[in-house]
Amino acid sequence: MSISYLLLVILALSAVGFFLGRARALQSAGGDKRSLHSQPQHYGWHVAILASAPALLVLVAWLLVQFIAVPNAVLQAIPQSEIDAVGSRDLVMTQIQDVANGIDQAVAQGVMSPDQAENIRTEFTNVRDRLAEIGVALGSDVTPVVLEGAQEFRLKMNAWSFWRGIVVLLIAVAGFALALARTHKDFRSRNVVENAILVVLVAAASIAIFTTIGIVLSMLFETMRFFDSYSPARFFFGTEWAPNFRGNSDLGFLPLLWGTLYISVVALMVAVPIGLFAAIYLSEYASNGLRSVAKPLLEILAGIPTIVYGLFALTTFGPLLLGLFGQGGALGVQWMADGRSVITAGIVMGIMLIPFVSSLSDDIINAVPQAMRDGSYGLGATQSETVKQVILPAALPGIVGAILLAASRAIGETMIVVMGAGATAAVFYESPDRYLNPFEIMTTITTRVVAQLTGDGQFNSPETLVAFALGLTLFCLTLLLNVYALYIVRKYQEQYV
Amino acid sequence: MTDATVPAARPSLLGDDARTKRRQASEKRFQAYGLVAICIGLAMLIFLVWTIVGSGWNAFFQTRLNVSVPLVQEEIDKAEKGLLKTSAYRKLIGTALQAELVEAGIETDMDDKELIGIVSKRASSELREYVLANPQAIGTTVEFNFLAQSFIDGYFKGRVTRDIAERSRNVSVSQLDLVDRMRQAGIIAKGFNLAFLTGNDASESSPEAAGFGPAIIGSLAMMIVVAIGSITIGVAASIFLEEFAPRNRVTDLIEVNISNLAAVPSIVFGILGLAVFINYLGPLSGDDWLKNNSAFVGGLVLTLMTLPTIIISTRASLRAVPQSIRDAALGVGASKMQTVFHHVLPLAAPGILTGSIIGLAQALGESAPLLLVGLVLAQGASLPENIGDFFGGPNTAMPAQIYQWSTRADPAFYERAWGGIIILLVFLVTMNTLAVILRRRFERRW
Repeated sequence: MSISYLLLVILALSAVGFFLGRARALQSAGGDKRSLHSQPQHYGWHVAILASAPALLVLVAWLLVQFIAVPNAVLQAIPQSEIDAVGSRDLVMTQIQDVANGIDQAVAQGVMSPDQAENIRTEFTNVRDRLAEIGVALGSDVTPVVLEGAQEFRLKMNAWSFWRGIVVLLIAVAGFALALARTHKDFRSRNVVENAILVVLVAAASIAIFTTIGIVLSMLFETMRFFDSYSPARFFFGTEWAPNFRGNSDLGFLPLLWGTLYISVVALMVAVPIGLFAAIYLSEYASNGLRSVAKPLLEILAGIPTIVYGLFALTTFGPLLLGLFGQGGALGVQWMADGRSVITAGIVMGIMLIPFVSSLSDDIINAVPQAMRDGSYGLGATQSETVKQVILPAALPGIVGAILLAASRAIGETMIVVMGAGATAAVFYESPDRYLNPFEIMTTITTRVVAQLTGDGQFNSPETLVAFALGLTLFCLTLLLNVYALYIVRKYQEQYV
Repeated sequence: MTDATVPAARPSLLGDDARTKRRQASEKRFQAYGLVAICIGLAMLIFLVWTIVGSGWNAFFQTRLNVSVPLVQEEIDKAEKGLLKTSAYRKLIGTALQAELVEAGIETDMDDKELIGIVSKRASSELREYVLANPQAIGTTVEFNFLAQSFIDGYFKGRVTRDIAERSRNVSVSQLDLVDRMRQAGIIAKGFNLAFLTGNDASESSPEAAGFGPAIIGSLAMMIVVAIGSITIGVAASIFLEEFAPRNRVTDLIEVNISNLAAVPSIVFGILGLAVFINYLGPLSGDDWLKNNSAFVGGLVLTLMTLPTIIISTRASLRAVPQSIRDAALGVGASKMQTVFHHVLPLAAPGILTGSIIGLAQALGESAPLLLVGLVLAQGASLPENIGDFFGGPNTAMPAQIYQWSTRADPAFYERAWGGIIILLVFLVTMNTLAVILRRRFERRW
């Protein structure tokens, strides 16, 4: 029985259960709602939940076991020599599954009868051609071992699916019957239903934990596979980034880290002064009118999707800088060879970060108690002296926190650097120009993650797997920055509340 | 502010002394810095908006030629029998265009090949599709509205000048001269480009035919997944954390997780989607929706990414409902669950909705994770044909299509990319405006 039919049956059972449970409860109360312990619909939901929830849980668990156990059992029967010939266990399994799915489709379309499908032999039929006729394209010719595996796979899958249907249906019916038997006017069905809802709520809340675990685990596994073939020391302390999809690449992390930090520093050099001065002016000097107009307008800059900034860097800002600093440019200097550069991506990213720095700093400056300002004015200080010598020192931890948050955004930003910074990594040995010149192309961690994962490389090669190591490092880097920034901000907040 | 020093001579009471003047000048400077900073920020915003509108506006217009093509049975049979069908149809268009010019009284000594170069490569397949779909039209003369080639289109929009034409292999100055005369005769004109909003993406060689339709549909599919996923999960999680959660380690762990997830770079969610949904769950389930370039996977990734935003805003709305409402409900015998679902949640709904719309708008503009789960289709994207394709792909999305266009060599695609950005921003502005209106209309102060 296929999963969708199973789900439909369970759903129907629950729906029937809802009305039956409700009716039975009312009947036991003699039609008088007032003598029921709970509302009539609670009795309905009680039956519906017991009919569906345990069955669905068993179904999910069964599926998980089935999709792991069956491939393992099939692979056990395949000789090691065959696995070595194809490459890896995963690849053999993929082939087996493809063939099995193809035969299933052929049966479903009526091209083969079930008997034919079971007796198909590589000696007599070219299975690949046969399946290609019905639109199933296979990557390679079907060997006898693979076909045998596929038949075994189909057999086992069918058996598991058959028993799955029976077990799940039995559980659903049992739940249905149990719930209906329990239904009585004194039964506390509201408590059961509300506990079930609470379980759902808890599950929803723990998705946040599972996401974090998923992020860490998914990257950790692939990173360990990467470190199997590439030593961690060579990765973390390597000073050269030269991926080569034919293998034997230099995948050093330092040039990428350098590019990322360089661009982030340029971005912060744009965003911090502008954002900080804007925040000071808005909170200390601006009239209410100006404040209510300028603040939301500045915040638009943070709401614009990063792809817009990326395209702006690529098609407008880069060529603009090239027109100033490039060959034959307006300034008569030849500093730039390409529109994409550290400074292009850095400045554009800085524009994006202005509202980050300004809104956060604005909140923090406003949190400084008015008494401190008044004290300073009372001593005869001007407004700017008050800002510089009283407010900023008091708000400094919070502002540093805001800047760190902006830095973590800058390090994790992808689209602007992909489109504005170029693809060549910094080179440390040739000339200072190749790693210090802000007008040079320089690539970053995020850019390389995108490039290595969307490239043409084999998935299991270190050139692709390095992306996961980069991703994990990026995750840790931004996490540390965020935790530290939040720690600073929290610590500061406590002082004045 | 500094140690007191005895002034040499008592300054006039009416004028400021030098030090006061200096301090006041520094005050003025400081204020000016602030104003300049705000002005730079606003100027950047204006520059950005100006660039977006200026570069993208033209994508909504397209140059087209009006050509009457006589559909003669023998010629069509001959074209259908030939090996290169579209080039045969292309010749038909060339002849028809030649006749059109003669009728308009435009004389030209241009050869057929150069003349047909004005028309887009798409025109021949358009003609063929029309003939195959409408066999009854054979024998009549049908008026067609063919796309002009991208460089001619660029000439109408000011992107291509005669200087460029002199150096280009794709267009010649004599073609531009002819086009000028054709424009006066009304054969060629620039009009609104509906195909950009609805049409499929085109190949690298014909930017004039590229459309944003599949991207809009793909984004819609993802937003459906995100809306269902993130709002249900987000609201359920917020209710638990805000109304039921005991203060203990587990709750703290969840809280810390949520605030950290909000700051994780979006590309990391892309890696998660690739590793878990596509590489792990995909082969395990054999499901069509859990594979590369499916909008469903894109939606799941964006759901996880949007969750923290929605949880944070939902919790704020729940917290804003006064305790007295809960006390009153509990007082008349409602259970805690009934209190929350019958009283607190409805009162918090406008705030939750506002926060959710803002979260969705954020997800709509996000591009980095989509690159990793394969929503950037190298080959042109086309509209889905059924519900399976709608979620299962191959799909693209608005930011992904914009990125795809930006990587193509022909700068005519930049215009399309900016046009796409205008459409994306229209959606974002609409959603944010809706959120603001909802907030203004339904916000309740207790």
